[in-house]
Amino acid sequence: MSYKFTEDHEWVLLEGEVATIGISDYAQGQLGDVVYVEVPTIGDEITKGDELAVVESVKAASEVYSPVSGEIIDVNSELEGAPTKVNEDAMDSGWFAKIKVSNSSDLDDLMDEAAYKAFLQGLDE
Amino acid sequence: MLARVGVKSIDDLFADIPEEARLTDLLDLPLHESEMVVEKNFRTLAAKNLSPYSTPCFLGAGAYQHHVPSVADHIIQRSEFLTAYTPYQPEISQGTLQALFEFQTQVALITGMEVANASMYDGATSCAEAVLMACRVTRRKKAVISGNLHPHYRDVTRTTLQFTEFETIDLPTAAAGIENFDDHINSDIACVVVQNPDFFGRIQDLTALADKCHEAGVLLVVVVNEVVSLGAIKSPGEMGADIVAGEGQSIGVPLSYGGPYVGLLATRQKFVRQMPGRLCGQTVDQDGKRGFVLTLSTREQHIRREKATSNICTNAGLCSLAFTIHMSLLGEAGFTKLASLNHSQAVTLAEKLEAIDGVSLLNDTFFNEFTLRLPANAAEIVEKLATKGVLGGVPVSRLIPKEPDMANLLLVAATETCSTADMDDFVVALKEVLGC
Amino acid sequence: MLNNKGRPTQPTVDSNVDDSLETFTGNKGLELETPLIFEQGVPGRIGVDMADPKPVKSRLGGLERKESVGLPDLSEPQVLRHFVRLSRQNYAIDAGFYPLGSCTMKHNPRINEKVARLAGLGDLHPMQPTSTVQGALELIDDLAHWLKTITGMPAVTMSPAAGAHGELCGVMAIRAAHEANGEVRTRILVPESAHGTNPATAALCGYKVEAVPARADGRMDLDAFAEKLGPDVAGVMLTNPNTCGLFETDVKRIADLVHEIGGYFYCDGANLNAILGRVRPGDLGVDAMHINLHKTFSTPHGGGGPGAGPVVFSEGLAAFAPVPYVIQGENGFELVEQVEGDAAQSFGRMKGFHGQMGMFIRALAYMQSHGADGLRQIAEDAVLNANYIRVSLDDKLHSSFAGICMHEALFDDSTLKGTGVTTLDLAKAMIDEGFHPMTMYFPLVVHGAMLIEPTESESRQTLDQFIGAMRYLLDKATAGETDYFLSAPHFSPRRRLDETGAARNPVLRWIPDESADANEKTSVSAAS
Repeated sequence: MSYKFTEDHEWVLLEGEVATIGISDYAQGQLGDVVYVEVPTIGDEITKGDELAVVESVKAASEVYSPVSGEIIDVNSELEGAPTKVNEDAMDSGWFAKIKVSNSSDLDDLMDEAAYKAFLQGLDE
Repeated sequence: MLARVGVKSIDDLFADIPEEARLTDLLDLPLHESEMVVEKNFRTLAAKNLSPYSTPCFLGAGAYQHHVPSVADHIIQRSEFLTAYTPYQPEISQGTLQALFEFQTQVALITGMEVANASMYDGATSCAEAVLMACRVTRRKKAVISGNLHPHYRDVTRTTLQFTEFETIDLPTAAAGIENFDDHINSDIACVVVQNPDFFGRIQDLTALADKCHEAGVLLVVVVNEVVSLGAIKSPGEMGADIVAGEGQSIGVPLSYGGPYVGLLATRQKFVRQMPGRLCGQTVDQDGKRGFVLTLSTREQHIRREKATSNICTNAGLCSLAFTIHMSLLGEAGFTKLASLNHSQAVTLAEKLEAIDGVSLLNDTFFNEFTLRLPANAAEIVEKLATKGVLGGVPVSRLIPKEPDMANLLLVAATETCSTADMDDFVVALKEVLGC
Repeated sequence: MLNNKGRPTQPTVDSNVDDSLETFTGNKGLELETPLIFEQGVPGRIGVDMADPKPVKSRLGGLERKESVGLPDLSEPQVLRHFVRLSRQNYAIDAGFYPLGSCTMKHNPRINEKVARLAGLGDLHPMQPTSTVQGALELIDDLAHWLKTITGMPAVTMSPAAGAHGELCGVMAIRAAHEANGEVRTRILVPESAHGTNPATAALCGYKVEAVPARADGRMDLDAFAEKLGPDVAGVMLTNPNTCGLFETDVKRIADLVHEIGGYFYCDGANLNAILGRVRPGDLGVDAMHINLHKTFSTPHGGGGPGAGPVVFSEGLAAFAPVPYVIQGENGFELVEQVEGDAAQSFGRMKGFHGQMGMFIRALAYMQSHGADGLRQIAEDAVLNANYIRVSLDDKLHSSFAGICMHEALFDDSTLKGTGVTTLDLAKAMIDEGFHPMTMYFPLVVHGAMLIEPTESESRQTLDQFIGAMRYLLDKATAGETDYFLSAPHFSPRRRLDETGAARNPVLRWIPDESADANEKTSVSAAS
């Protein structure tokens, strides 16, 4: 069980057939103070690449795209009242949604932690 | 300056324009004129019009003749309000921002809603935006539109929605009676749009309709195009409205042949992120002083681009300021008194007109505008009245053409601006024109 | 030290006066505070004099308002003073230089205000019989003639209420034209530097928006554009001059290419000011273009509106224009208000009544005051002023694109790299210098963008003072005086405001009693 990352800075943590999705620490830093998070509806089916959530900071709004396909089985409703969690703890309690993955091979082309680190270094240069 | 820029002539600055399209001669338009001549040109044009403030006027149908206090027109001409841009630099725009915050509060108070935005273009566009908003909130795609909604509002809403995934279900006009929405309220419907007082002037209690809507998860959008009525009748919020779309022209904004006016949009706090348009919010500055900023701007087009709640950018800034000033001058005492004065004027006039042979009143209830059934074609009567210097109402057929039933209907409004003499002139002129 | 012949001429205390000194009232001399209007009411006061209503039998049907509205009661002088005090917390073009790029903050002549208020123009009711408003209809027709002549287009629709509303009108006409042709097209091409209203508008018309990249010279990439074209493309929305302040040199080729695939060319006319009398969009292949009367033709911005956005159309689109419009009939001017007869192909109605008449009056007064000769000079002076700023700053700031610009100069923030000062900080320091900042962070394609539009209204003296101030600030920033910028502005009615707090916990209206608590709460979170 380890974090996987997309080039759009979402992270996925797969436990069994349930994937937890959030945005990376780098992404929250780029966004700045998060003021609102729009989470999806439990029970909805989502396809890899679809819009899963929207994160708003004062001056920007970013779509969070689902790195996997499946059914949304849980959302982090605490974010509605406490969007700061995304800034404070992006990789853990700042998660957005849990998805029952319909095809675990969706994760195959994602980066592991080391590859993501290298990817970020490339961005800085 | 040309030397500093490093070009030989002004023409060099326009070298990027394709040569074959460059204009070498002046446009085929008159040359510039002095301020004195320009003023005279406009006075000449003005003289070709009949000013409703110089003659008995009973026109309404979505725009109402009211007295605009001189303080309101004076303040909006202060350079600091008139020639400022949208308050994107809040440190040097607190005047505009605090006034907007006061506007939002006033609109919320009079409509009985929790929050209001910083204005839309006008009542009709506000109505269309309210419908789009209801579709977003409910994630449903159909809006039921009352047949007694102002026809311009209905047309603008239909036009705005025509190329979106949303659609309107337009009910037929029901001049004579109350509409029944029951058959149209179901779980596919985003909202029901009703006007109160309706296009014909009738006032309805919408509480039962609101309950029915809510049972089916449908939002109730209430349109108000005479805001002064809110000083006299139960507010849409009290009746259970979810969104109120209104025209604020009656408070502080001159008639100006139909625009610019000020669209009002108010709703519940929980829907605020689906609300279009600018919003002003309270905050503090780094010294801890209360201040105001534009907020929740991530809903707007300049950030969300194609995913914005609306494409609206410019709004009705200065008209909303005029509204705020006039409403501040009125206050609780003045706003309710103005409403009550308007109602008493309309009742007085209705009684005088109803007494004319062949003329009957269509409405059982009304605020400051009602519909008469005339014994002749209303449009023709209005033309004849105009030749006698009386602006005697709006023929319904101008807004709802090709309905033979409507041809004799006349919308008549009376506000605080009509004198008893104006009313009597109207009665005499109408009797003459009708030949009785 | 006292002047023994009269009043003291120097401060009697140490000159190191702490400017954070507080006063009892919170006012500081001419800087006058005013509470919210809701905090100033005293029951029983009234600011409007009116007759008492005659007692009548109510026709309200038992729906009388029983609850109080909650408005404060104030006297006329109180209200006047409140709004005068508020006004003094605003920056305005009348007070100083306002080089807000893409907004065209030009001088607003007062003759416009005067004629807009004439009896017989400003007080007309929109539903008067047309026989009683012939002068008003003539005015609209005359303005339409000016707009058509200036743009070289055969038709114009007057009713859109603002630029974005005009865009919507133009793209709706495009969609209506395709539908009348029996065609379903799904995509609209928009350059990535476009204003946010463009994609928002296209989306409202049901089109999928596709962004076209820019070339290194700041113009739309013609090859990328050509590649994206296809039979499913409804048209292109192009701003010209573009949002980088550059004339799209390939504009005719772009028009030809989009026409070849049966699409239409929508031109965002926000920057028309730069080309008045120098080129007509109609000669460049434009099919529809909105005109911001509140930018190009000097109707005041009013703190964010109202505006007006008439749209000019080519022959191919004219039939789809919305109602109403003015025609010349047998008995003078008439209004076509319904979608029927000659207007049967119209896509509908955009707005209540007939458009922003108040803005039409002001714009026509401006046009008559300038005439064909003055209009051309507007463009020339605006472009000259922008280039003067560009060359006077380009040794200190990095011009995003080489060469001559049109009406606005665009710089990126590379000069500030490593200083810890951002474009925003620089802008806030400009406030202290008495200028309204330039447009920041737009267009999005330029890092830390600074878009400076001086307009034709400014004299060389004002430009020199602005250039001097910018150079002074840039030197200060590169010299490492970062803190000065981070704490700016220092001299404005408010210092930097907590926008994060405002968005996290939106307080969008005054609420009795609780408002004091809410205020306290935000102060605490801001301080922590």
